[in-house]
Amino acid sequence: MAAPFDLNDDTVVVVIGTGAGGGVLANELAQKGVSVVALEAGGRYLPEDYINDEWESFGQLAWLDPRSTSGDWRVAKDFSGLPAWIVKAVGGTTTHWAGASLRFQPHEFKTRSTYGNVEGANLLDWPIDLAEMEPWYEKAEEKLGVTRTGGREGLPGNNNFKVFEAGARKLGYTEVHTGRMAINSAENDGRFACQQTGFCFQGCKWGAKWSAAYTDIPRGEATGNLEVRERAHVLRIEHDAGGKVTGVLYADRDGNQHLQKARVVCVAGNSIESPRLLLNSASSLFPDGLANSSGQVGRNYMRHMTGSVYAVFDKPVRMWRGTTMAGIVQDEARHDPSRGFVGGYELETLALGLPFMAAFLDPGAWGREFTTALDSYENMAGMWIVGEDMPQETNRITLNHELKDQYGLPAPNVHFTDHPNDIAMRRHAYKQGIAIYEAVGATRTFPTPPYPSTHNLGTNRMSENPRDGVVNRWGRAHDVPNLYVSDGSQFTTGAAENPTLTIVALAIRQADHIASQMSQGQL
Amino acid sequence: MTETLTHRHMTRRQLLARSAAVGAAFVIGPGFLAANTAAWAMEVAHLKPQTMATLIRMARDIYPHDHVADEYYAIAVKGYDVPDKAAMIEAGVTALDAAAQGKGHAGYLAIGWERERSDLLRSMEESPFFQTVRGGLVTGLYNQKAVWPLFGYEGESYSLGGYIDRGFDDINWL
Repeated sequence: MAAPFDLNDDTVVVVIGTGAGGGVLANELAQKGVSVVALEAGGRYLPEDYINDEWESFGQLAWLDPRSTSGDWRVAKDFSGLPAWIVKAVGGTTTHWAGASLRFQPHEFKTRSTYGNVEGANLLDWPIDLAEMEPWYEKAEEKLGVTRTGGREGLPGNNNFKVFEAGARKLGYTEVHTGRMAINSAENDGRFACQQTGFCFQGCKWGAKWSAAYTDIPRGEATGNLEVRERAHVLRIEHDAGGKVTGVLYADRDGNQHLQKARVVCVAGNSIESPRLLLNSASSLFPDGLANSSGQVGRNYMRHMTGSVYAVFDKPVRMWRGTTMAGIVQDEARHDPSRGFVGGYELETLALGLPFMAAFLDPGAWGREFTTALDSYENMAGMWIVGEDMPQETNRITLNHELKDQYGLPAPNVHFTDHPNDIAMRRHAYKQGIAIYEAVGATRTFPTPPYPSTHNLGTNRMSENPRDGVVNRWGRAHDVPNLYVSDGSQFTTGAAENPTLTIVALAIRQADHIASQMSQGQL
Repeated sequence: MTETLTHRHMTRRQLLARSAAVGAAFVIGPGFLAANTAAWAMEVAHLKPQTMATLIRMARDIYPHDHVADEYYAIAVKGYDVPDKAAMIEAGVTALDAAAQGKGHAGYLAIGWERERSDLLRSMEESPFFQTVRGGLVTGLYNQKAVWPLFGYEGESYSLGGYIDRGFDDINWL
């Protein structure tokens, strides 16, 4: 049967969320002839709709449903209602992402074995390894058109990169280049080459950056096997007496509720909404939330060890011109405990426009120490730090029964406190980032605190043993045979790398698994 | 009562009086006074003009940029001149003036040095009034497109074809 599908059609796979995980999964299944209904809470925006204005775009794309925060992280103080900076739209956060597409390192799939017992950390080896993931990474790189893979050229370096590169080389760093980016360095896959326009975070108006919104989603729809229902917000997942999921209850754009029946349900609402949905789907059979016999749903919330370093020079840089994440230093990504922490971090250039710089450079700061920094905005260069953070059971998504969303459901509370390893790594990264800029004459540097989370990971983690996590090596719930998790929440640990490529690779692999299970009558 | 906070009304009458009394508490240069900028003409419908003048001074003291003219600070705070916010602002400014008086000044605007005003603000920075004004300025001031060029920021470039042929890599001092 071809799309659109009937609410009572219980042969469809329902995918919740259409970002890097859900959007790719939905298309990959559709390409294999599987009938898919994708439910997306946000609306549909395409390059012509994107707004190259930071706050206006934020209002257009950001997920702004009620959320609360707790824990020691500074975000809980400065942005208490905005723990994460992610997107509510068809294509999800692939609209907003920078495009950095890095494979994990081998040891990052095996952190418990490699790092040993780190006190306070809930480390666990992934049930899969890099060798198993390599073919899927290759497919993901091909899909995304990642530069410096598959014979594709790197992007040219902009001013922000040139400052960063020169400083990094003076420090002796060698793994310095313009990144492996899902941004076309030449026309590719029917999409433009990068025009160095900036505003990568606001949606690429050229379509040069890969986003599921204008690649996988329309391609899936073109098969006739995928129906995307936008502005369809899933409220709970239903199950039968045997413990298999049977469908999902969702609210449409007018708030009317519908029950879409399903053969399989795949949850890909990101690491805040996915566990929240499982917790909100508690029933007499699953009193602690769906698929939560391990008690791990919502736990081990990771957001990467992040921070930024901005620097002022005596001459202009104009960092906002061109690709936002224009280059990388990878020398510190290795695991080298002699630095005083386990795991590693990447340094990646980043630029914010003046409005966001004012909001994020030092949230809450005022007076001349702050404003003289902005006075030198034109002479600023900037980088982002992204490193592996430790999974902790107490960093978690819970239901806030005091705060309800627009449907009357408990909002998610995001609790996060840095692990001492995260703090040690950030301190090291600040020092190195500052040294990079000072090596090329920075007159002033700013170790800038983390922004609201863009990398949300780990809250439905993958584990070999059902006791330790929520899903198995395929992202399939240990407790519920026809329920899958298809986003970054299945990450067992976070690795140092930006997560999207791994989310996409896992989604392609999961589609292969689901289709094969269906054809074998196992689903 | 509607009063107009312009160089013809409030600024001329009150600022000239004040500048005679306390010096350049509310800095508007003679060139600016001569320029009849519509952007700066500001209706004050719910706040006292003196309150708005204090609020503008406070805004500059929170985010002082010497190359940014007062009109941009005025635009940034004019949203408080509405019925449901006026009482909070009036109370906050009254408290600010009282704090200034406690330091021996006639009021906040009468304090000559930014450092002294800044210290006063620092002592009340946890107050909801201060936090509301400061928080509002983050977007109220820095999200004004007219302010961006004063910082060298160029805003969107898509309509010009991006920077691929317009200097994305033109740095020449490294």
